[in-house]
Amino acid sequence: MTTAPLGRLARRLPVLAGRSALQLLVPAGLLLLWWRTSADSTSYLYPPAREVIESLREEWLADRFSSDILPSLRRFGEGFVLAAVIGVVAGTLIGLVPRLQRATQPVTELVRSIPPPLLFPFALVVFGIGDGSKVALIALGSVWPVLLNTVDGVRGVDPHVLDVARSFRIGRWREVTRVVLPAASPKIVAGLRIALSVALLLMVVSEMRGGTDGIGFRIRSAERTFDTAASYAGVIVIGAIGLVANLVFVVIEGRLMRWHRGARGRVDEIEGRGALA
Amino acid sequence: MTAGTVLAIDGLRKTYGTGPDAVTAVDGVTLDVQAGELLCIVGPSGCGKTTLLRCIAGLAAPTEGTVTIDDQLVTAPPPALALVFQDYSRSLLPWMSVHANIVLPLKAQRLPRAERDGRAAEALAAVGLGGLGARYPWQLSAGMQQRVAIARALAYRPEVLLLDEPFASVDAQTRADLQDLLLDVWERTHLTMAFVTHDIDEAAYMADRIVVLGAPARVKETVEVDLPRPRDQIATKALPAFADLRGHIFASVKAEAGRRSAGDGPLV
Repeated sequence: MTTAPLGRLARRLPVLAGRSALQLLVPAGLLLLWWRTSADSTSYLYPPAREVIESLREEWLADRFSSDILPSLRRFGEGFVLAAVIGVVAGTLIGLVPRLQRATQPVTELVRSIPPPLLFPFALVVFGIGDGSKVALIALGSVWPVLLNTVDGVRGVDPHVLDVARSFRIGRWREVTRVVLPAASPKIVAGLRIALSVALLLMVVSEMRGGTDGIGFRIRSAERTFDTAASYAGVIVIGAIGLVANLVFVVIEGRLMRWHRGARGRVDEIEGRGALA
Repeated sequence: MTAGTVLAIDGLRKTYGTGPDAVTAVDGVTLDVQAGELLCIVGPSGCGKTTLLRCIAGLAAPTEGTVTIDDQLVTAPPPALALVFQDYSRSLLPWMSVHANIVLPLKAQRLPRAERDGRAAEALAAVGLGGLGARYPWQLSAGMQQRVAIARALAYRPEVLLLDEPFASVDAQTRADLQDLLLDVWERTHLTMAFVTHDIDEAAYMADRIVVLGAPARVKETVEVDLPRPRDQIATKALPAFADLRGHIFASVKAEAGRRSAGDGPLV
């Protein structure tokens, strides 16, 4: 019995290795292409890859790590967490009280239609030129997917499940925290995931618009001094942050949503669609 | 109402909508359920059984009439009553383990942890699922999930257990097993049970008394069942009295369904 899974793993190992080799092949090829074509480049718009890597190692990952990358990460984190908390709390309230939804809908529909970068001057006036306005812009722009998905998820909770909660008299607070929110969580998580990329975008935009530090600010000043290699290196830093943030999110989501995949897989099995592929 | 009455339904009427579009789902049900009784309620499908049950459970307000449990008027879900729903997959919470599903109502009662855990373990053992508390509902078969729903209701320690077609979504063999399991639980606890079903065999096999509903829901007939207990899937169903009873109830329900399809009653 115990050898069966091991045997299966042994058989699958070459397949897995082949799959990751395939996944590495394209990025490696692109890197090589970039390295070769830029090596002798004299155009300032297309600096040699070697210079970009140098800037990354000697500037970005050295002094600028604490002077720019950390402040950026803090704004990104604060803005996202603020958006997540406000979006889930307000979305739950709006979703639970239909009258509140009718009252807030005109305003939310209008504000969410405005491209968030345009709200920056407003954020500057209200929150000042420091970190406050940047964090506010990030939160203001990324709150919508969380808010709207939470409202949608809360309103979509199966009334049958609410009957169960009410008949066993679990109380309003437990009904919301143990029944309504978990039932809405697949939608909430999808909203948070969209918010994560919006938050990163707005972090860069807000830093490019003003301020004295941050990755966006450094990229912008590098461009102004024609230090293209440094600005490309900054773009790589942003890309890496987005990649890592998404990976962390996927891991947390996998833990929290295990039941959802399990329950879905079960339904698929019952309905003859086969378990998760 | 006699001295042993636990659940009393008096002139219960439930109408949806108003004016010419009004639809009557429950049309004046009067019914007493005695302490320790196993009452089955049968009726043609769509006759308003579920609406009746929701009114008894305090989940829907009656348009007219009253429901009382232990002389207390039901206006909200009463603490003395637990429900087992038909659709186990929607009544158990998939984000919680079996144990957490069972103790959630007990936490709301502020019972100490040891008491909650003890009741959950006891209830799971009573339905033959001892030691499976850490599993998630979706890791269990259909029959096991419905047993968890029964365990949750038992751990709640109600006086009245209300079951809404609890075995309608499982296969025939599982259904027979669950019927015997529920009878076994009933023999040991002597809980008062009101069991709604559209399966006439099931009603005849389980009940002390069968109420046949008309459509819209009203008491058409009440039949006392004097088949010997403990009941047995083969021996009881082989008794001539079982066949007579089954035939009688079947005719009664069928007459009602026929009357309705002839256009007499509203389609509820």
